[in-house]
Amino acid sequence: MAKTKIKHVDHVVIRFAGDSGDGMQLTGTRFTESTAIYGNDLSTLPDYPAEIRAPAGSLAGVSVFQLHFSSKDIHTPGDQPDVLVAMNPAALKGHLDDLAPHGIIIANSDAFNTKNLKLAGYKNNPLDDGSLEQKYELHTINMTELVTEACKSIDISAKDVQRTKNMFALGLLFWMYNRNTDTTIQWLQRKFKNKPAIIEANTRALNAGYNYGNTTEMFTARYTVEKAVLPPGKYRNINGNYAISLGMLAAAKKLGLPLFFGGYPITPASEILHNLASFRNFGVKTFQAEDEIAGVASAIGAAFSGNLACTATSGPGMALKTEALGLAIMAELPLVVINVQRGGPSTGLPTKTEQSDLFQAVMGRNADSPLPVLAPATPGDCFYAAYEASQIAIKYMTPVIILSDGYLANGSEPWSIPKMADLPEIKVEFTKEFNGEDVFLPYKRDKQTLSRPWAIPGIPKLEHRVGGLEKEDETGNVNYEADNHHLMTSLRHQKVANVADDYPPTKIYGADKGDILILTWGSTFGPGRVAAERLHKNKIKASHVHLRYINPLPIDLGGILKKFENVLIPEVNMGQLYAIIRAKYVIDAHGLNVVRGRPIRASMIVNSVNKILGI
Amino acid sequence: MAEQNNNELSRMDFVTDQTVKWCPGCGDYAILKQTQRVLPELGVPRENFLFVSGIGCSSRFPYYINTYGFHTIHGRAAAIASGAKLANPELSVWIVTGDGDGLSIGGNHTIHLMRRNLDINILLFNNRIYGLTKGQYSPTSELGKVTKSTPMGSLDRPFNPSSLALGSQATFVARTIDRYSKHMQSVIKNAYEHKGTSFVEIYQNCNIFNDGAYEDLTEKEVAANNVLELEHGKPMLFGKNKHLGLHLDWNTPKIVDLDKDKNVSIDDILVHDQTDFVIASILSSFTYDANFPTPIGIIYAVDEPVYENLLDEQIEDAITKKGAGKIEDVLAGPNIWEVK
Repeated sequence: MAKTKIKHVDHVVIRFAGDSGDGMQLTGTRFTESTAIYGNDLSTLPDYPAEIRAPAGSLAGVSVFQLHFSSKDIHTPGDQPDVLVAMNPAALKGHLDDLAPHGIIIANSDAFNTKNLKLAGYKNNPLDDGSLEQKYELHTINMTELVTEACKSIDISAKDVQRTKNMFALGLLFWMYNRNTDTTIQWLQRKFKNKPAIIEANTRALNAGYNYGNTTEMFTARYTVEKAVLPPGKYRNINGNYAISLGMLAAAKKLGLPLFFGGYPITPASEILHNLASFRNFGVKTFQAEDEIAGVASAIGAAFSGNLACTATSGPGMALKTEALGLAIMAELPLVVINVQRGGPSTGLPTKTEQSDLFQAVMGRNADSPLPVLAPATPGDCFYAAYEASQIAIKYMTPVIILSDGYLANGSEPWSIPKMADLPEIKVEFTKEFNGEDVFLPYKRDKQTLSRPWAIPGIPKLEHRVGGLEKEDETGNVNYEADNHHLMTSLRHQKVANVADDYPPTKIYGADKGDILILTWGSTFGPGRVAAERLHKNKIKASHVHLRYINPLPIDLGGILKKFENVLIPEVNMGQLYAIIRAKYVIDAHGLNVVRGRPIRASMIVNSVNKILGI
Repeated sequence: MAEQNNNELSRMDFVTDQTVKWCPGCGDYAILKQTQRVLPELGVPRENFLFVSGIGCSSRFPYYINTYGFHTIHGRAAAIASGAKLANPELSVWIVTGDGDGLSIGGNHTIHLMRRNLDINILLFNNRIYGLTKGQYSPTSELGKVTKSTPMGSLDRPFNPSSLALGSQATFVARTIDRYSKHMQSVIKNAYEHKGTSFVEIYQNCNIFNDGAYEDLTEKEVAANNVLELEHGKPMLFGKNKHLGLHLDWNTPKIVDLDKDKNVSIDDILVHDQTDFVIASILSSFTYDANFPTPIGIIYAVDEPVYENLLDEQIEDAITKKGAGKIEDVLAGPNIWEVK
């Protein structure tokens, strides 16, 4: 101990990498929980293969959890890890390139056997050949052997003992970063309530890891990352899929409406179905439909009956829901549609993040069929996006698409727990009386919003028919006349355009004019903001605007864009917002398009800005 | 369903101001009329009826019936109706669909609705042709059907809708014919009274693209010998003088003639039991089979738990066990920390 120095650092990025069966997601989540409770700001990025168990030891089977924690306000899971925990050769092989110069490698040497080395494509054992020590701080630890020793007298299988090696790694990391093991031990006791031997084995492994750091003189330094200065209040750690589920629940509560969710399982959106299904005691009705179409269709039916209706999916599922969205637009029914975007096209990269469904959301339907589209910026913001989408859907009687993505869905951050009373009011009023002369006119619109009345089955005298055929203005009767169709198309268009009247003014980070503006949307908020902060530190005047509202775009955006010499639009797609901005505002813009299944790195944006400015 | 003072409801209360735009002579008119006759008798307030349809000639039905109505998209009526019913189980929900809408593009939703057993009534108009798209063969058209899309004859074997329904775990399977007014009324009424999904196949003549598809069942001279009207607990007899009967020889159904065949008596005639899945399967297998009469009426009806009731029970159960959900609790979660 005496020889170990304590170093203070602002922030650390740890990447846990191991086989799918090694429990890396769990290890990462436990470290995150302790770090959150300790009071650091943090941001996480889980990254796992689409296969449930790819062949053990293979490169394809590596599961990763990256965690960035800091004493400062942070916005991304970090560009480069400072610490790489490699539980086998494949984990090392696949992630070494990302490690920061002089970064720390903690490797489970027991897994570096001939078979695993071969599977990872290593001719020689990289832990032995001296290559790593030149560039990195390497710690090789025989974790499997050590946990076997620690669990000696416990009556469990050798396999169960080996499974505890992730706890060993976690214990060691807890020691390195001065975290205590209490919350994890409590969690083990809850999780394995009826399996005392498993609790004992994991606890011993965790302590063995912690004590290993404490007693060996292998590590020359421990690190402390001070608590972050966050605004006062109560916090929890939250990921995007949970936040979006809570957002729907909160909106339903505020509206006083039952919540209905119809959906079909699809990665990475299924957790929303799972979360809402666990809220039965809130009266939430979840319906696992026979397919994606039935998922959205049942939600449309529930909306017609007067529930707050919602569906969630990912890109391919969204494609299947397209026709039904057209119906919701025509029938003018409120509906929240969550698209947790993933890599594509087709089945693509089911577990990797991408922002490539923006065109699909804004334009991907037959005919002139506008609907509002908004995108959360961070995992915690998913809550507010769901809440606001519900608000827009009800006020304007329209389906609304939320563009989340795989990173937001699975990534997590500390979240200031909102109070229901502080959330904006949302009101709903079902029509109970005739709105015409002795007649109910289902398409007689509110003069300001152009929204139509919502009269639900069960209300006497307001029996009426809606459907996918073109409606006559006001009466809603089927009508194919030329002038009427032009009018109704224009009304639907204008109604959605009116949504922008409710937006707050667009915020500009940095100066409101200058050489360059970084324009981001969705989960690219984090890297965009970090890039702007870094550029400011280097005295480069780059401003940052983040778009929450993709359709309709904010009314003040055009004026803002015109005050900058250059506009850079980084996106995890081939230039979709870029195309829309250029078309709508007739400005030149630069795209930064990286589709690697991960969020864009802040450093890429910084480099791009420098290049554009000729620095 | 809460009874209200709707005694004064009549057929005319269910007629809308919209001009009915089916072809003159279409079987759909009869179905609309009989439905409008039955609805006032069900003791349901008019505002609690919801008619949902997909796409096709039959699916224009909601525009002509003065209840809440939703004319949706092709094939999806069952899914939309399911959501509407789950959101408000008080509603009396009816699906109007056709052989194309409900068995081809919407086949998946139809079978899943039946296995789930929501209390929804399906009226499937089977005219064995695509009418609205002007005469292509449908999934119930006979093999070798010559249409615009199959000038050399269709190659696919037809669905047997009632067997499909039985195979989908439907709890109520019935059949009626557009020209059989009283029979249709009774079947529709029974479908309403059944708690669970009711599958009613209605043979309907498309006089433009498939005229005469059911003339063997509707023309006076031949109908009696070709139609077997089912009655629960009664021997299955048909023919002009009810002299023909259905006999089960071991496990093979046979038609016997009580007048001619002196070895058989009324005791040898199979008695219809609408709760017997085997009998229902046999009856349903007669579909499109020239060797057997076409059974009409209730082929199968059993009581099974209703989906929306089970869902409501789960909600009550969750509230009993966990207490009514408090939003503040889930917003906070189990691990919170405070920044001062």
